[in-house]
Amino acid sequence: MTQKYSLNVNGKVSTVEADDDMPLLYALRNDLGLNNPHFGCGLAQCGACTVHLDGQPIRSCITPVSAVGDSKITTLAGLGTPEKPHPLQTAYIEEQVPQCGYCINGWIMTAAAFLRDKKKPTDVEIKSALEGLKCRCGTHMAILRAVKRAAEMMG
Amino acid sequence: MTKHQNSSAFSRRTILKAGGALVVSIGAPVSFDVARAADNATLAGTQPPLTPDQLSSYIAVKADGSVAAYFGKMDMGHGIGVAIGQIVAEELDVPFNAVKVFMADTATSVNQGGASGSTGIQDGGKQMRVAAAEARRVLVAMAADKLGVADDQLTVTDGVVQAKADATKTISYSDLVGGNYFNVQLDWNKKYGNPLYAPGKAQPKDPKDHKIVGQPIKRADIAPKVFAQEDYCTDVKVPGMVHGRMIRPAVAGAVPVKVDDSSIADIPGAKVVWDNGFLGVVADKEWDAIKASRQLKVEWSNATPPFPNQNALYDHIRNAPVRKREVEGKQAGDVDAAFKTAARVIEAEYEWPFQSHASMGPACSLVEIKDGKVTCWSGTQKSHFVRAGLAALLNVPEDTVHVVWKTGPGSYGRNDADDAAMDAAFLAKTVGKPVRVQYMRDQGTGWDPKGPASIHTARAALDDAGNVVAYDFLSKAFSRVDVDTNGSRPYDTLAGQTLGVDLKSGDGFGIPAESYEFANKRTAWETIPPLLDRASPLRSSHLRDPVGPQIHFASESFMDEVAAATNQDAIAFRLRYVRDPRDAAVIKAAADKAGWQTRPSPRKDQTGDKVSGRGIAYAQRNGTRVAVVAEVDVDRRSGKIWARKFTVAHDCGQIINPDGLKMAIEGNIVQGVSRTLWEEVKFNTKTVTSVDWMTYPILDITETPGSIESVLLNHPEIAPSGAGEPSTRPVAAAIANAIFDATGVRIRRVPFSPDNVKSALS
Repeated sequence: MTQKYSLNVNGKVSTVEADDDMPLLYALRNDLGLNNPHFGCGLAQCGACTVHLDGQPIRSCITPVSAVGDSKITTLAGLGTPEKPHPLQTAYIEEQVPQCGYCINGWIMTAAAFLRDKKKPTDVEIKSALEGLKCRCGTHMAILRAVKRAAEMMG
Repeated sequence: MTKHQNSSAFSRRTILKAGGALVVSIGAPVSFDVARAADNATLAGTQPPLTPDQLSSYIAVKADGSVAAYFGKMDMGHGIGVAIGQIVAEELDVPFNAVKVFMADTATSVNQGGASGSTGIQDGGKQMRVAAAEARRVLVAMAADKLGVADDQLTVTDGVVQAKADATKTISYSDLVGGNYFNVQLDWNKKYGNPLYAPGKAQPKDPKDHKIVGQPIKRADIAPKVFAQEDYCTDVKVPGMVHGRMIRPAVAGAVPVKVDDSSIADIPGAKVVWDNGFLGVVADKEWDAIKASRQLKVEWSNATPPFPNQNALYDHIRNAPVRKREVEGKQAGDVDAAFKTAARVIEAEYEWPFQSHASMGPACSLVEIKDGKVTCWSGTQKSHFVRAGLAALLNVPEDTVHVVWKTGPGSYGRNDADDAAMDAAFLAKTVGKPVRVQYMRDQGTGWDPKGPASIHTARAALDDAGNVVAYDFLSKAFSRVDVDTNGSRPYDTLAGQTLGVDLKSGDGFGIPAESYEFANKRTAWETIPPLLDRASPLRSSHLRDPVGPQIHFASESFMDEVAAATNQDAIAFRLRYVRDPRDAAVIKAAADKAGWQTRPSPRKDQTGDKVSGRGIAYAQRNGTRVAVVAEVDVDRRSGKIWARKFTVAHDCGQIINPDGLKMAIEGNIVQGVSRTLWEEVKFNTKTVTSVDWMTYPILDITETPGSIESVLLNHPEIAPSGAGEPSTRPVAAAIANAIFDATGVRIRRVPFSPDNVKSALS
């Protein structure tokens, strides 16, 4: 059933009208015009749609818009800007990580929450935190280098 | 600069001639092409036709002195745009940052073949190099005329032409031609696609003078990607656009016989588009289109399940009729006679499954048909061919179709992108509105064209002393071009096939690319018919390094088998028989860097469940040579393989950008590991059952190799060959050979998943 929902995205509150079972992903992409995150699977298996809900990474492709409530949503665009980049964004550029780049949201948004909570992680801890995310181009080596670089930047 | 100002400024000039050719157009009124103007190129003057024989089809110097390079190929993530920018800047003597590369838009570039066969630099760069060199020649000739100084007494630095003898005599490219089209004829070889070549009169620079080519310049497209500022093909929206979704049958080959429109009547704006086997829905909102595609009641024809059981796949290939046989490559001697007199024969058979592109996101395309023009936004690898396909499907002239290439959700060959473009076009035509189609995950993995499954038999005849005197290699496989590698013909796309066009399945496979010399040698392939000829989720086409991984898994595993059977070190054995010096060099370079210990395989010094081993494999690919040493850990109890370390020696002639090359190699190795250890398209008799990341697992970050070391052998004097795919080619064999080294067990079927390895080891 169509209802109005108030969404707080990247610090801005907007209203969308949507079915209660519509995943948040479509509200972000189509109603609010945010081109990230991406649709990868619609099954929470890949991470391409990852956003933060009150700072925690969630898969917006399976999160109904009706379940968001007052939570604050942060997308990749809200994580940092060219003027004020998040360390992971800086590290991604330095390490030249992506090929097609369609998977970026999953890795950066997941790693951002992980590195915020875990200082000086080991390689095993980094891999474990990112387990299950998909990159089809095979940029895994560069992803790990970038996350380590960002971890160092974040102390 | 406005077009009026530009025109006025230019009209004060006289007609400039150089090298006998009219250099720039001064025609009035100034004509602007809408599509070319879209890139903010303020180019004035009569625009020459966008044909391969025009310099303006590749290079423009804008009013501000910056250079536009119009490239008929595109970047699938290896940073080809940077390499092309380097080549163009080098030849024109302008700063790298002065060049902007526009890729694969059919309104601004000619058909250079799209992303295809690792030819971005090899063929595409070759053309851009001669075009840029010709642009420089013409500009210098114009400057000579203007400055009253002979051509050979001029130098160019950062786009400014200067007299060698008089530093005050200068003129910039911008002042010479800025903002106006070149009007220079090139010597086109009348070919389109990868072989297109159209040089001018200029000779490109001697590689020893290169300053920009060879530098590790970074990609400028990464920042917009990580700041969420780049529009992908999935992100394009136009006014009035609706969303489409396609509906595929549960039994491949079935077609709708009854469609109940009323079953989606409650969904706002939802409409059915049904024509023969083509079935889709559109709705104003994307979620509504998805719901409609799930909710629509469809009665399907009673199709006979078209596929064998999965476990009968290789027997099916073995027993299937041969549709085409080709003996290719350098043949030698009388193979059959040599085997009859052999002291010993070694023989083995290898098997490779269907694999999916399984691109990160399912394909997406938007098509708008408006005012007699068709515009398609697509992540295709072949925009010019898609233009032809759309024109054929819609029955409109090709010059009314404009394909705009945008970064897509990953692409490694002929994936589902071209199908999506055609589906979107048919939906748009039918509903009379722009339609954006994105497939769902099950369609992206389940219904993309597959890398072909294959079996490979290899035989070696040995003499009394253990020398190889004959080698016989045969692949029998589904075709790599059951559907062709581009969407230029409706019969190669799902839209055309479901709409009922006449079919034309192609035949192609390949042979090992190496330089082993044996007195008697035969390499051949055979193709078999597809399991289902129309709209099949197992139709086969190109997947990264088409058929290279499967062929070289077999051929390079087999070389290892022969080395081991004759108690020889795997590298020493290869070096004994390879004849090409560059092949030997990559093998030696990989061995040296990896610290290879000369000894036969397998190791005999390990006990317990956890063992490790090393393996080598090498291959050529269209001029490029790659050798890969894999070091793997095997857990005999779980069957789990960790491909721990790779050492890659890579020779692709001249290196344009070493950092870009390293990243391409890393991606190829990791994707190659994934395909080797995990990837297999599962199916039952009715359809493909690999439909997501659970049913089509790929390598996880926790299984990433510990290190990938590259040794880049640079040959500036040798024209560059490809690097987009070659290094993925030897990966499977290197891993298989390392597993053998560790365990003494030869695994001849991919993938080496824990279950398969465990059962092979038991």
